[in-house]
Amino acid sequence: MSAPKAQLETLPRSLTLMLAVALIGLAAVPVFGADYTIGLVTSMMIMAIFAMSLDLLQGVTGLVSLGHAAFFGLAGYALAFMTPSGQAVSLWWTLPLAVGASALAALLIGFFVVRTHGIYFIMVTMAFAQMVYFLFFDIKALGGSDGLYLNFKPDAGLFDLEDKRVFFWFTLACLVATYAFLRRLLFSPFGRALAGIRANGHRMRALGFASFSHKLAAFTLAGALAGLAGYLWAAQTGFMNPELMGFHMSAHAIMMVILGGMGNFAGAIVGAFAFEYLLHLFKDLPDIGSFRTGKHWQLWMGLFIVAIVILAPRGILGLLARWLQRKETGDD
Amino acid sequence: MDFASFLIQLLNSVQYGLLLFMLAAGLTLIFGIMGVVNLAHGSFYMLGAYLAWSLAARLGSFALAIVVGTLLAVAFGLLLEKVLIRHFYHRDHLDQVLLTFGLIYIFEEMRSILWGDDVHGVAMPALLAASIPLTDTLSYPVYRLFMSGLCIVLAIGLYLLISRTKLGMKIRAGAFNHEMTEALGVNIRLIHALVFALGVALATVAGMIAAPISSVYPNMGGSVLIMCFVVVVIGGIGSVRGALIAALLVGFVDTFGKVLLPQVSGMLVYMLMALVLLYKPEGLFKA
Repeated sequence: MSAPKAQLETLPRSLTLMLAVALIGLAAVPVFGADYTIGLVTSMMIMAIFAMSLDLLQGVTGLVSLGHAAFFGLAGYALAFMTPSGQAVSLWWTLPLAVGASALAALLIGFFVVRTHGIYFIMVTMAFAQMVYFLFFDIKALGGSDGLYLNFKPDAGLFDLEDKRVFFWFTLACLVATYAFLRRLLFSPFGRALAGIRANGHRMRALGFASFSHKLAAFTLAGALAGLAGYLWAAQTGFMNPELMGFHMSAHAIMMVILGGMGNFAGAIVGAFAFEYLLHLFKDLPDIGSFRTGKHWQLWMGLFIVAIVILAPRGILGLLARWLQRKETGDD
Repeated sequence: MDFASFLIQLLNSVQYGLLLFMLAAGLTLIFGIMGVVNLAHGSFYMLGAYLAWSLAARLGSFALAIVVGTLLAVAFGLLLEKVLIRHFYHRDHLDQVLLTFGLIYIFEEMRSILWGDDVHGVAMPALLAASIPLTDTLSYPVYRLFMSGLCIVLAIGLYLLISRTKLGMKIRAGAFNHEMTEALGVNIRLIHALVFALGVALATVAGMIAAPISSVYPNMGGSVLIMCFVVVVIGGIGSVRGALIAALLVGFVDTFGKVLLPQVSGMLVYMLMALVLLYKPEGLFKA
């Protein structure tokens, strides 16, 4: 049972080029797209930020968290608490506070969970996320099972987030910034140490690296970035409920990272877009006779997940890279 | 809290703990021996409850439903192991998590297509429907005692199977050193298939006997799965004895938490887990 492998840490030039073209296409969506498309792609980008934050743990450090949605939800709830019912609040202080709340929770929970590894880590992260879930589910003052609603998007001052297009570009800017930051981090001494912990934790300790503090820092940072995604999600949709912190949400994030190809952050973006698109596709399937195909979307998603795990465990980027490589070397 | 209500809560906590043990035992065995993390374990509990509901109606007898349901569960477990799980023993935990998460979705929808999305009640067998009076106003249902009794019998059976039989010896040997056991001529694939089917059967039986008191509803496996994870983490992964003690502990904390501290009862069990992790990161009984 080897540690999960990161793939394509250095992206082939052809892949980078494809991503750059995709980015230009993405920036043009609000110009040509309908309102529905703009909203859909915005939510995909938010999920991409969430998936990248998990990739820092899953792909880079080799820690599989089944409770990452807790930090996504916490920042969203934080924004909901800070937004009064009658007016908008400033983006510039609510965003740092909400992200800080997620980071603090990740630091606290991380203190317990990063002592464990492997299977324990999976189970314990899931259990702690469930604890956070119950906190919000049980306590009426925190929204209870119905969740909370936000009437206004945060007020940015310089630009108007109530405009769907502006919100789209703001989310895109967050996505690009997060990607650039994480790519830089990946090749910094800290990122190299995390990759070392994934490859061989014992050896890293023997070399004198404090793996506990490195893992805790990674867990906290990943929680903070998940918080950024959760904040944007709450701002976009205007509501938060406990299900957004549930274990299905966490498992979806794992699936996004796997689907794209993990350990390089670009895969997490591709995976998030592909996963969210499929989710919409499956939910909108037409009925066949009396069989309500769309209602049973979980069946198709389940079969798809099982098929991916069996057929393409290296994800879309892995397949793409192999295909490009084959074209370059000419053998088929 | 007077003595009679204390006794009732104590019996309830033991009953809940034993039920959790039935589920957690399979989970911890499957991990300890095959190294597979199975998120779909809660689904077997749900399938058991629905089987009890549909078979009891069809066969007209709850006891017969349990027997037939158990046989179906074993067959289902063997099939699932052969088709899918077997190929994931040596894969990353990550792949196992995803595979079994996909299975949760598939099982949930199979349930929806076969049995619909309604909540159902299952009648208690007439023989066990009575209550034992404790005071003028308080009584304890016989069926809950029967549940605890059956779980204890199965727990003892499981203990004897693993520690006293030849098959149990092979199971333990396989968990200790899988290649060496195979080299000695033990059919380890068969052992693995049997252990997996045993885990499925235990979870299904737990679902079947819980059906009359918990009712039968969609997604009922999810919350139970997470409780089982907590039990396995506290008890130590791979340890059946640890699972028993942790399950009783969790049952006790959860039941009394709901009575004494109802506002935070949902979180108490997780706090217990955090406390254990702080001092024993690998659980109380490391296997």
